[in-house]
Amino acid sequence: MRRAVTLFSTLVLATTLLALPGAFEPAQAQNPQQQDGLNPMGTKPTADSVNEEFLFKQNSKITGRISIPDGKAANLIQPQGREYQSFRERYLPWIGAAFILGMLAALGAFFLWRGRILTDDTQDSGKKILRFNAFERFTHWMTAVCFIILSLSGLNYIFGKRLLMPLIGPEAFGALAQWAKYSHVYLAWPFMFGVAMMFVVWIKDNIPNRLDWAWIKAGGGFIGKKHPHAARFNAGQKGVFWMVAGFGAAMSVTGIMMLFPFALLDINGMQVMQVIHSLIGITFIAGILAHIYIGTLGMKGAYDAMGSGKVDLAWARAHHDLWVEQEQAKTASGPQLGRRHPAAAE
Amino acid sequence: MARMKFLCDADRCIECNACVTACKNEHEVPWGINRRRVVTLNDGKPGERSVSMACMHCTDAPCAAVCPVNCFYTTADAVVLHSKDICIGCGYCFYACPFGAPQYPRVGNFGSRGKMDKCTYCSGGPEPDLSVAEYEKYGSNRLAEGKLPLCAEMCSTKALLAGDGEMIAEIYKQRVVKRGYGSGAWGWKTAYRETVAI
Repeated sequence: MRRAVTLFSTLVLATTLLALPGAFEPAQAQNPQQQDGLNPMGTKPTADSVNEEFLFKQNSKITGRISIPDGKAANLIQPQGREYQSFRERYLPWIGAAFILGMLAALGAFFLWRGRILTDDTQDSGKKILRFNAFERFTHWMTAVCFIILSLSGLNYIFGKRLLMPLIGPEAFGALAQWAKYSHVYLAWPFMFGVAMMFVVWIKDNIPNRLDWAWIKAGGGFIGKKHPHAARFNAGQKGVFWMVAGFGAAMSVTGIMMLFPFALLDINGMQVMQVIHSLIGITFIAGILAHIYIGTLGMKGAYDAMGSGKVDLAWARAHHDLWVEQEQAKTASGPQLGRRHPAAAE
Repeated sequence: MARMKFLCDADRCIECNACVTACKNEHEVPWGINRRRVVTLNDGKPGERSVSMACMHCTDAPCAAVCPVNCFYTTADAVVLHSKDICIGCGYCFYACPFGAPQYPRVGNFGSRGKMDKCTYCSGGPEPDLSVAEYEKYGSNRLAEGKLPLCAEMCSTKALLAGDGEMIAEIYKQRVVKRGYGSGAWGWKTAYRETVAI
């Protein structure tokens, strides 16, 4: 019995010892075909290649290596170009037309409903007060002239070929568009400078405060006869200020990216910049149309502020009562009243 | 009329760049402008392939659609050409082009980026065929002489095929059937919204 047990255990041990290396053998010895690790499927190695479908699954565009210095040439296929095309040709003209014509229609309707906003005559009528000095007016008009030319040359990129080209022919339109493009890229610089200057000059009067809320609640004097209190700028004007600052900054950043194409961005970045620049540009133009309306046709006496710089005191009291008090408190004799001291006003 | 196309058989392209050089020489394009280029994919890895790429002369060409001055036109051979007299060098066609084909002299110098230049399928521009003005602006017009684009004509491995779309697709199909593999007609889906079915 004891011998039998010993024999059995020896057998088990021997079998185990024999079996152990065998157990690992298949794992150690590799398939000869797989030994070089290059051709796991045993197919023709030359047939094995990257293909479009596989690369598009990994990335939205196909990029490789290029032996010329132009790095962006390494993009082989970027189907996003078709999406950019779709935005620019299918949607942008409609969005642009809707915003700009919509704003013109709204202003037209407002004019028919409200008419020209007038100021009641008081004993102050005829006296003048300096509202914007020469430097402020220069900054405003430099920016404004640039803005108008930039708007027209910008809209030409979208609507020129649709509206102007059929009228004047491709050669004349090509020449015009060339000058429009030059004006767009060169006037961008004084425009950006002007926006920056206006921001610095007027920001102290444009910080929103509690008065603005009251002004908005009272309908800003657009509805009804009575004008709510306002300091140098009312909430509406502050809105214009912040719109110009915000949109101006956005247009500047996206515009600089386009003035120096591919300096910081790749092809998709450039496409996004174009989309942002065009959408904000359209909104900006619509906003400024409202600003132009209320500063000229929409309100009697408002244009003088940026025209001669001097406004009627009655108008100033009605629209910016707190500012008039502040100005008169500064100098009790009132040198800012143009009629008495014309020299001081200049 | 034929519907002209390019097809690069990536399984044959050896990245010799002869097509690029031939194009530059034939059309005397300025420095920095590459109407054709060779891009190597999966460089240094198994399955590496090189593709010679230029303007694909797309169906419903995105460049022509986005052009703000409509300077593009399509010829009877379905070749997409443009007029440098009307082009303003705005660069929009490069953003829209799926293949990076449009090129500009003096890129990056704001406001003075020159007129766009791209592959003409060796068929010049709107000027009279084989005129000096045409050669100066767009390079030679081989199609008017009854010849195909030089890049494909002198490709040493016949990887780059140019000619009628159906004919070159047929040649490519036969190759794929014979050798038993093919990485496909690169860019055809994006350019023509169809591919070579095998």
